[in-house]
Amino acid sequence: MKNAIKNQIVVPRRSARRFYGHGIPGVDLEQLAGKLIVVEGADGSGRSTQIKLLVEWMEGTGHATVQVGLKRSTLVSEELVQAQQGNILSRTTLSLFYATDFADQLENIILPALKAGFVVLADRYIYTLMARDMVRGMDEAWLKNLYGIALEPDVVFYLNVLPEELVQRSFAKNASLDYWESGMDLGLSRDMFDSFMKYQTAMQTTFRRLQASYGFTIVDGMRPGNVVNTELRKKISAVMAGK
Amino acid sequence: MKTFAELNFPGRLIAVEGLDGSGKSTQIYLLKRWLELQDLKVYFSEWNSSELVKSATSKGKKRELLTPTTFSLIHATDFADRYERHLVPLLRAGYLVLCDRYIFTAFGRDVTRGCPPEWVRGIYSFAALPDLTFFFKSDLEVSLKRILEGRPQLKYFEAGMDLRLSTDPYESFRIFQGRILEQYLAMSTEFNFVVVDANQLVEKQQAVVRELVAHRLDLARFYRAEPPRTPASADLRKKAKVEEPVR
Repeated sequence: MKNAIKNQIVVPRRSARRFYGHGIPGVDLEQLAGKLIVVEGADGSGRSTQIKLLVEWMEGTGHATVQVGLKRSTLVSEELVQAQQGNILSRTTLSLFYATDFADQLENIILPALKAGFVVLADRYIYTLMARDMVRGMDEAWLKNLYGIALEPDVVFYLNVLPEELVQRSFAKNASLDYWESGMDLGLSRDMFDSFMKYQTAMQTTFRRLQASYGFTIVDGMRPGNVVNTELRKKISAVMAGK
Repeated sequence: MKTFAELNFPGRLIAVEGLDGSGKSTQIYLLKRWLELQDLKVYFSEWNSSELVKSATSKGKKRELLTPTTFSLIHATDFADRYERHLVPLLRAGYLVLCDRYIFTAFGRDVTRGCPPEWVRGIYSFAALPDLTFFFKSDLEVSLKRILEGRPQLKYFEAGMDLRLSTDPYESFRIFQGRILEQYLAMSTEFNFVVVDANQLVEKQQAVVRELVAHRLDLARFYRAEPPRTPASADLRKKAKVEEPVR
């Protein structure tokens, strides 16, 4: 890494911090010196590849990183996986279970890491959770109140990949489609391929709607990984410089 | 927010609220027995009892992993599971559902823990209001004495130790319960609590409860399909009357 060798470490500028809604009681936003970078997108949109590349780049340029993602909390991740496998929870319950998982990571990982000046890379954030629930008919105002606990990130990338391409990538990787990523619980179609296409299209429409209120940076994820990464780095550099 | 009656459910929900040690569980148990002995369709549900969420909740409590926000959310998850899988279907099927604690417990505790009231209320807005809510109002000292008499091992969250009110669990419990009582009293008018003086004898309280239930609900509507088995239920069946609106 050229930058590392030249030892030109950019000291990030402070961000103006806010919670989307009521936030977490007792948190002093002034103390959150780090950066929160979110990568959103469907399975197969290249999220984990991009995050891996970003971590390498960040560490090379002298920034300490922490990674978070859905279903990774100490508190409920096991139970959440179990419940999902059985497909036994009703909508509101599952939604609140995911919110608990998110809140646990927010309070125990994200906020402490930001306080310590780390760059937090989030593999998905509240937007996927909201979009999934909205596609399933849950009330948007209810979800906005629920996720009013979330901290506004410094930047949110949405890797946009057409369902036709997602399906190809999913087959290339696993030779199968995931039950939940196909939205099979919605009963859109008994044909899994059909259901996948319909569900992913609905998710994209919903993300576009959420973009209006949350302002994501939409990134064309159809291009090769390194091209996408160059774009992400450029934007992140600007964010770090406080632009 | 509307009650189940206002939402045209055939079933009715009765909730009891009050501090730990107010005697509300005894009262709802006796109410349940009375209704069951009349061959009515009754279902009883307790706070914090969903099988699915239990392991996460107990892990969180044992290892003291919960913050006010996750404490609130995990209890909301538990409530939602019971609400969607048991309470609503049973109320659709015309049951009398009895709840030992309802959303007001969450409102009181979570707000005492520092969660914004609008946030907590927003989360529970998917739930309809009870058709009848009894609030067992006891003197703080009486409730505390009941719980603390045996010098029990107070649990961390039960005593509100997470609020750092005092390093002594008993002192912490006192302050915590006092604050919850303030929350209950503030909600009493807004949510039409029927306030029962919980310093009275068990029988006196139960008489008040039964009389009110019989007065406010048309119990004859809740008979099981089969013919009544006891004279008491036959008697009640004859006296079927038009239900008065629940205010």
